[in-house]
Amino acid sequence: MSSVSNPRRDAGAPLLEIKNLQVGFQTQNGTVQAVRGASLSLRAGETLAIVGESGSGKSTTAHAIINLLPGSGRITGGEILFEGRDLAKLSQKEMEDVRGKLIGFVPQDPMSNLNPVWSIGFQVEEAIKANGIATGKREIKKHAIEVLKEAGLGDADKRLRQFPHQFSGGMRQRVLIGMGLSSRPKLLIADEPTSALDVTVQRTILDNLDKLTREIGTALLFITHDLGLAAERAEHLVVMYKGQVVESGPSREILQNPLHPYTQRLVAAAPSLASRRIQSSSHSLGDLDYSAPRSVEGLDLIAAAEHRAELQAEAPQREDSIVVENLTKVYKIRGAKGDFKAVDDVSFAIERGTTTALVGESGSGKSTVAKMLLRLEDATDGKILINGTDTAPLRGKELLALRRRMQPVFQDPYGSLDPLRNIGNTIGEPLVTHNIGDRTSRRERVLELLEQVSLPATLSTRYPNELSGGQRQRVAIARALALKPDIVILDEAVSALDVLVQAQILQLLSDLQGELGLTYLFITHDLAVVRVIADNVCVMQRGRIVEKASTDEVFDRPQMEYTKELLNAIPGAGIALGV
Amino acid sequence: MSNEFTPVPSTGPATQERSRNHFVAPLEETPLVAIDVVKVAEKPSNLWIDAWRDARRRPIFWISGVLILLVLVVAVFPGLFTSVAPNNDCQLALSNGGPTAGHPLGFTKQGCDVYSRIINGTSTSLTVGIIVILLTTVLGVVFGAFAGFYGGWIDSVLSRIGDIFFSIPYILAAVVIMSVLAQYRSVWTISLAIGIFAWPSTARVLRAEILSVKQSDYVMASEALGVSKLRILFRHVLPNSIAPVIAITTISLAAAIVAEATLSFLGVGLGSDIMSWGNEINQAQRDIRTHPQTLIYPSVALSVTVFAFILMGEVIREALDPKARALR
Repeated sequence: MSSVSNPRRDAGAPLLEIKNLQVGFQTQNGTVQAVRGASLSLRAGETLAIVGESGSGKSTTAHAIINLLPGSGRITGGEILFEGRDLAKLSQKEMEDVRGKLIGFVPQDPMSNLNPVWSIGFQVEEAIKANGIATGKREIKKHAIEVLKEAGLGDADKRLRQFPHQFSGGMRQRVLIGMGLSSRPKLLIADEPTSALDVTVQRTILDNLDKLTREIGTALLFITHDLGLAAERAEHLVVMYKGQVVESGPSREILQNPLHPYTQRLVAAAPSLASRRIQSSSHSLGDLDYSAPRSVEGLDLIAAAEHRAELQAEAPQREDSIVVENLTKVYKIRGAKGDFKAVDDVSFAIERGTTTALVGESGSGKSTVAKMLLRLEDATDGKILINGTDTAPLRGKELLALRRRMQPVFQDPYGSLDPLRNIGNTIGEPLVTHNIGDRTSRRERVLELLEQVSLPATLSTRYPNELSGGQRQRVAIARALALKPDIVILDEAVSALDVLVQAQILQLLSDLQGELGLTYLFITHDLAVVRVIADNVCVMQRGRIVEKASTDEVFDRPQMEYTKELLNAIPGAGIALGV
Repeated sequence: MSNEFTPVPSTGPATQERSRNHFVAPLEETPLVAIDVVKVAEKPSNLWIDAWRDARRRPIFWISGVLILLVLVVAVFPGLFTSVAPNNDCQLALSNGGPTAGHPLGFTKQGCDVYSRIINGTSTSLTVGIIVILLTTVLGVVFGAFAGFYGGWIDSVLSRIGDIFFSIPYILAAVVIMSVLAQYRSVWTISLAIGIFAWPSTARVLRAEILSVKQSDYVMASEALGVSKLRILFRHVLPNSIAPVIAITTISLAAAIVAEATLSFLGVGLGSDIMSWGNEINQAQRDIRTHPQTLIYPSVALSVTVFAFILMGEVIREALDPKARALR
């Protein structure tokens, strides 16, 4: 790293310097410190990423800069020096002049950050007017068109008259980025700008953001939970944990040589990095000679992937547990011309005891396949064979028997458990439904299941609202296992979790598979996770399977353009990482 | 190595750290916590337990609770509060008389004890309120639950039936019904007349709630387990949708008491032989200018009771809504 290589860095004092920032939230039980003495500094034109899990204080720190703390949040100490001015001491009026004009902001959720009743043009023009960039109707409009063009939206003229619902998530985020940069601010704060978007869209949006900030010379403060993404996009990293900065410095250095044990954990558990590292090792996983550092025991995705590769290599060829033939699902859409084919002629087979991943972006039809497998939806055409039995004609008792052998785990940890039923009853529900055992034997089974998913037995009388997302997902897994199924369908089961928790759950799933000989259908949008958990991959695009092969095949020799695009979109490309 | 990037540690010798490029906080400052540890409070908690914990901390809950309890006790045991017979001891000589010893609120036009009549009228007002909310809740839950949960044509039919009843102002409808049933006037007929047009709002609230709850993953998970539709409705969906119904039920109890008083005041409510606050107000209106006390006292009893139920409904609504709780 040399300062000569980048002339922008030679500017004198830092643009933004946060010193010992403290932020507290007022609650019924007193003040909760969300940020406890965070410090960082950022020079003009640089890019800095704050990385951390949910609750680490990363977003709170960013929001404190422009004084947009939610609810009862308040800065209780420290300084936020922006060009030497302490932003924490500005009045509401002065702050409004800084916001937008000097510091732009791109929010996390593009879906709720544009007002649905006003046209895109109106909202862009409003931002331009508010920041006094241009005056006069014509000037403002001209400027608005420029903003959209810059953000990479063709037909900017026409687009101005459209409304947010006519834009996709990616396009809305482009508009928001354009608005954030319209006044040529010195600093742009982007709070997880792409976490709600598909990976390929994420990539183009971030490329665009990168290009724009570089051209304008805007410094970028970027908040993300994905260490791989942070390292790829930012020169500097700040790792936050429990409201404090635990490690900071040049991205590459932190990634290659993480010193704080927390950072080491993050590096080990980030699927994007693990996937990149396995790829760059150019060995097949079975031959990989790798041992995880002690501090990351049980979290290291590479170690886990290696372990499962060894197990699978030893296992003999087994019969197919799931066979799907020419599966098609057509939805009739009221008012629209023609029908919508959500799933189009999909065929695949899963060998008993293995994991097949169904990968695709939103709207690819992957969840619809899962619902048809589970008989929550009926197929329009095609066949599903579970252990050789066609499931379509099953009714009553036979259908109940099928349900016993195949169980789902869903994505949303906050929606998958009935909030009014205690954990014991939730896990025991399958046993009651299928009339298995008596009261005492059910109770024993519930406790056994809790132990299997590493949760304390005391939880059985507790309610879901006391549990974290990861713990709820464990309960959902326990419920799915209650009937001793041989197939588990995991529909984005780890997507909503923090990386460390995600790594733990992946480990748990892998252990359970070895122990119980489970067959997994793993549905996900995240190809990086696939690298460490799946034996085979089916890539879906617009209802069709465009590529299917073993995981090694797909990652080493992708055949289709779309698969290559997905692989390239895994963050962390071009970062040299040792195994 | 340049030192342009220099975060400083939160504590410790800042000047020394400033020149370092790669900063690492000492481990002691932020000790690592085991990932995803199970942290549970001493006592289990769910929506209802939390609501109770929240409500019992609020003075309004206790004030309205004590008032409601008092009204209930008065209704069930009027003898505890007055030993004066409300009807038999009336002396026309005391017509519209002021308070005397043993008769703290004075006398009605018929020379009956006002205080005793209010106490003895309580049970009528309350009974009407309770019958009405039982009726509206049963009808509202049945219609709302099946319409929301099953959807499709069942929803269309049930919701349209609800709309028909909803479109008729229930006081007007009750006036008509009570006029038609003039010779059968009783606590039951008046409750029926009010309740039969008041249930659609309960049904609507429940239907909307069920529409959102039935989308939950836990409903889908139960379905995948093979749990029957009806069982899913009663086990999972209904318990999770009932909270707003309980809040509006408390408030509709107040509304029903008011409706009874209104109908009685209009002369189409309970027969004049039945003591109720509405009837008292009705009979007092003729002398309002000369002897306002005969009108004011039963009105105050009515207002306080209604107020207590409305406050209670509001407290329950807020306690059952975690978002409202967080904002306070």
